[in-house]
Amino acid sequence: MSAAPMLTGALALAAAWIALGVAGLAAMQRLRLVAHLLFPLGGAVGFGLLAVGLAAVWQGPETLVLPIGLPGLPFHFRLDALSAFFLMVLGGAAAGVSLFSAGYFRRSEGTPPGLLCFQYHVFLAAMALVLMADDAYAFMVWWETMALASFFLVTANHRIAEIRRAGYLYLLIAHLGALAILLCFGVLQANTGDYSFANMRAQQLPPFWASVAFLLALVGFGAKAGLVPLHVWLPEAHPAAPSPVSALMSGVMLKTAVYGFLRVTFDLLPGQLWWWGVVALALGLASALLGVAFAAAQSDMKRLLAWSSVENIGLVFTGIGLAVLFAAYGMRGAMALALAAALYHIAGHAFFKSLLFVGTGAVLHATGERNLGRLGGLLRVMPWVGWTALLGALACAGLPPLAGFVSEWLLLQSFLFTPGLPNSFLNMLVPVVAALIALVAALAGYVMVKFYGVIFLGRHREEKLAEAHDAGPWERVGMLWLSAGCVLLGLLPAQMLDVLAPVTRLLGGGALAEGSGWLLVPVSVERASYGPAIFAAGVAASCVLAFFLVRRLYHGRVRRAPPWDCGYPWQSARMQDTAEGFGQPVRQIFEPLYRMRRQLPTAFDAQPRYAVEVGDHAWHALYLPVARAVEAAARTIGRLQQGRIAIYLAYSFVTVIAILAWVSA
Amino acid sequence: MSPLGAASQLLEIAAALALAPLFAGWVAQCRAWLQNRSGPGLLQPYRLLHKLFHKDSVIAAHASPLFRIAPYVVFGCMTLACGIVPTLSTDLPLSPAADAIALVGLFALARVFVSLAAMDVGTAFGTLGARREMLVGFLAEPALLMVFFSAALISDSTSLTTIVKTLSSQALVIRPSLAFAAVALVMAALAENARVPVDNPATHLELTMIHEALVLEYSGRHLALIEWASALKLFAYACIGIALFAPWGIAQAHAPGALLLALPVLAGKLAVAGFALAALETLSAKMRIFRVPEFLGMAFLLAVIAMLVAILLQGAP
Repeated sequence: MSAAPMLTGALALAAAWIALGVAGLAAMQRLRLVAHLLFPLGGAVGFGLLAVGLAAVWQGPETLVLPIGLPGLPFHFRLDALSAFFLMVLGGAAAGVSLFSAGYFRRSEGTPPGLLCFQYHVFLAAMALVLMADDAYAFMVWWETMALASFFLVTANHRIAEIRRAGYLYLLIAHLGALAILLCFGVLQANTGDYSFANMRAQQLPPFWASVAFLLALVGFGAKAGLVPLHVWLPEAHPAAPSPVSALMSGVMLKTAVYGFLRVTFDLLPGQLWWWGVVALALGLASALLGVAFAAAQSDMKRLLAWSSVENIGLVFTGIGLAVLFAAYGMRGAMALALAAALYHIAGHAFFKSLLFVGTGAVLHATGERNLGRLGGLLRVMPWVGWTALLGALACAGLPPLAGFVSEWLLLQSFLFTPGLPNSFLNMLVPVVAALIALVAALAGYVMVKFYGVIFLGRHREEKLAEAHDAGPWERVGMLWLSAGCVLLGLLPAQMLDVLAPVTRLLGGGALAEGSGWLLVPVSVERASYGPAIFAAGVAASCVLAFFLVRRLYHGRVRRAPPWDCGYPWQSARMQDTAEGFGQPVRQIFEPLYRMRRQLPTAFDAQPRYAVEVGDHAWHALYLPVARAVEAAARTIGRLQQGRIAIYLAYSFVTVIAILAWVSA
Repeated sequence: MSPLGAASQLLEIAAALALAPLFAGWVAQCRAWLQNRSGPGLLQPYRLLHKLFHKDSVIAAHASPLFRIAPYVVFGCMTLACGIVPTLSTDLPLSPAADAIALVGLFALARVFVSLAAMDVGTAFGTLGARREMLVGFLAEPALLMVFFSAALISDSTSLTTIVKTLSSQALVIRPSLAFAAVALVMAALAENARVPVDNPATHLELTMIHEALVLEYSGRHLALIEWASALKLFAYACIGIALFAPWGIAQAHAPGALLLALPVLAGKLAVAGFALAALETLSAKMRIFRVPEFLGMAFLLAVIAMLVAILLQGAP
């Protein structure tokens, strides 16, 4: 055995993913082999990674130097608690998505199945290796591999122009981010020429350069995570990808960016300044608010989920920003709590967002529709997808006793520590932030009721939906695993917090009070506690008791009849709220956030049409001007290019004269 | 868990289940008196529940199981909520399982379920009611949470029993933050319980109502459970108000005599609260649905101001 058993195991599992991808290349057109053998094996590797991560999170760091890559520039790998936790998230979510994919991918117009399998598994392996990289070189190599693999996956259906455009935008912003990360590593190595993370940890950067590195990391990783204002690619690229890939991108890939940000901020940088926390907090809050407001206004189900991911990443960054604040003032216990909230949300979001995305994939396959306005009533024809998606939607809405609520609870608890901050300006600011977090959480419930209600409840808005088929066996297994994750993360927070404790300790947080069995107690029972299992048992017990008592004392008779609807007899499915209608109150209340274009019918229209188009201010106020400026600059420079050899010779002549004049002077 | 604790927990849930319809009846009766009507009598809600439980439940032909599960979930949530809020005693075994934030989450869970059930049948009124209910919910929920937070800042805890213990044990001082919070709580409670300025529990004009549109498709025992649950919700909100702003008389741990005394004290306080609610409803007019966001936005701002005032007056430690 080597000196680093866990790390070796994790690397072997990542290699296994690559091997599965290569095997997919060998079986390019054999869909059944790829789907029923390679993808389930990939799922098994995911479970393996989950187990390795769980075992490694308790241990001290393990390091390994592998002589692959360029000569004289070996890859350094390291597995510590932070990496182990993110590997667990990756493994757990990837296992479910891979199992689902086994039943999902069909022969289609775009990429052949073998190539898709290759890209998919290289994407997974690259994410795993990013999480284990211990020098800037290995990190960037795998980071770029991850970006490229996901780019090809996004453009799997490359015959559609819109998807190509989304892929291009994604690639552009991904590289903008990668550039910032590269510069950040350049600052962190402090002119020593040694790009290993161990060296960066040893450097004591002056505050100015540390701040530069922090801001570069915020831009670089924020671009990948979809932080405002670098979020514009996310609602385009996530819906464009095949649903399992959207699930991985939203559920896991965004988290690798959070990993990188945590690694730089808490591990590689020597200390934290308080205003870093304010910046991260503000950007996180803006993302959360914008994400949830736009999610409420969407009428495409995958785009709605993508905006909801912007919101969730915003909540994670809010937690991290708060942790930076506490760390800067040396409040280690509160910092651990805020970090635990962010990490918990990362794990929970990986499960419920993956579940919801694969659920939309199943709906898409069954109906061919992504537009909420043409769906409805699917719970009756697709019970497996419907009921698992209900769990995902409840978790995403942050409702107890599921996964989303625990992180929200921890985040709000950590806000209650802020009056202890020695900066009175922040003391005043933070309650406002807590109020906005509460608003975002409540709006998330609105969004999820819209998402779930319009797709799965009500009547079929189109005739063909009655023939929709439920998910296949592989898809069911994948969705069951993901929903089990939502439930377990919701019901066992004390156990999960034990797993998080080594991570927060590694990042410099103090100890959290040990939860006692079923109760989540971050500080003391007197202060706050939450026992989701008791809570769920209480609700369930009173439900069951009410059910049996009503049957026993009265009766259980049910009569089926046409719906009542105040006695109106000519009801049709078109009288239900549409997605636009359901989003209308939010659009009205948060009108300044949107760039809206309405087309209203007049009283004299023979064929009245109502249309509303919701645009993003960031796109029109930030991206388009930049794009126009670049284009204008290119056109100006392009004037030099005349295409006639005489003019080019004249350029050379003028240049030579100018150089001669300069040299002689 | 002490046997006394278990007893007070059971007593509290039983008292809530039994008294909630009476409280709703009392509010209706007071309203009738204030409007110079004779009123249906205090026991009318019980008669209504009894009647509804006897009737067959008529369900839309294409309703899914979610529609039939939802009333039980809502009822279960509200029962637990009444078990968590310290109304009679602060020695509650269920209390550590859910603090103030979880209580808000519990209300949200019930709201989401009843809204989903309303969308399930797919009628125009159902979806309209669901949308409006969620609109009211997402504005009232943060206000309620901030009310709890301003109380939590005083007692340094979000545990409801600790809040009540702290607030009831200190001398009678006027806290400006709690004054703001009380106004915010009343406004949020009016909205959440579909009371007059926001919704009218007595109306049956479909286009103006929220709660009634939401439960339009329910009948028989399912409707009975939903009605009982909304009575429990009103009861729970009244008890939250009492626990935060008038916590005197709630039995502290290990005092069996106090527990027996707590029940009549609670009844007295609820009678006053119910009369105040009826007076408030009689004096105000229902507002248009588009004005509701402004109303609730004000509640939200008041609650945030309450928190800021609490921090300001406490000063930097």
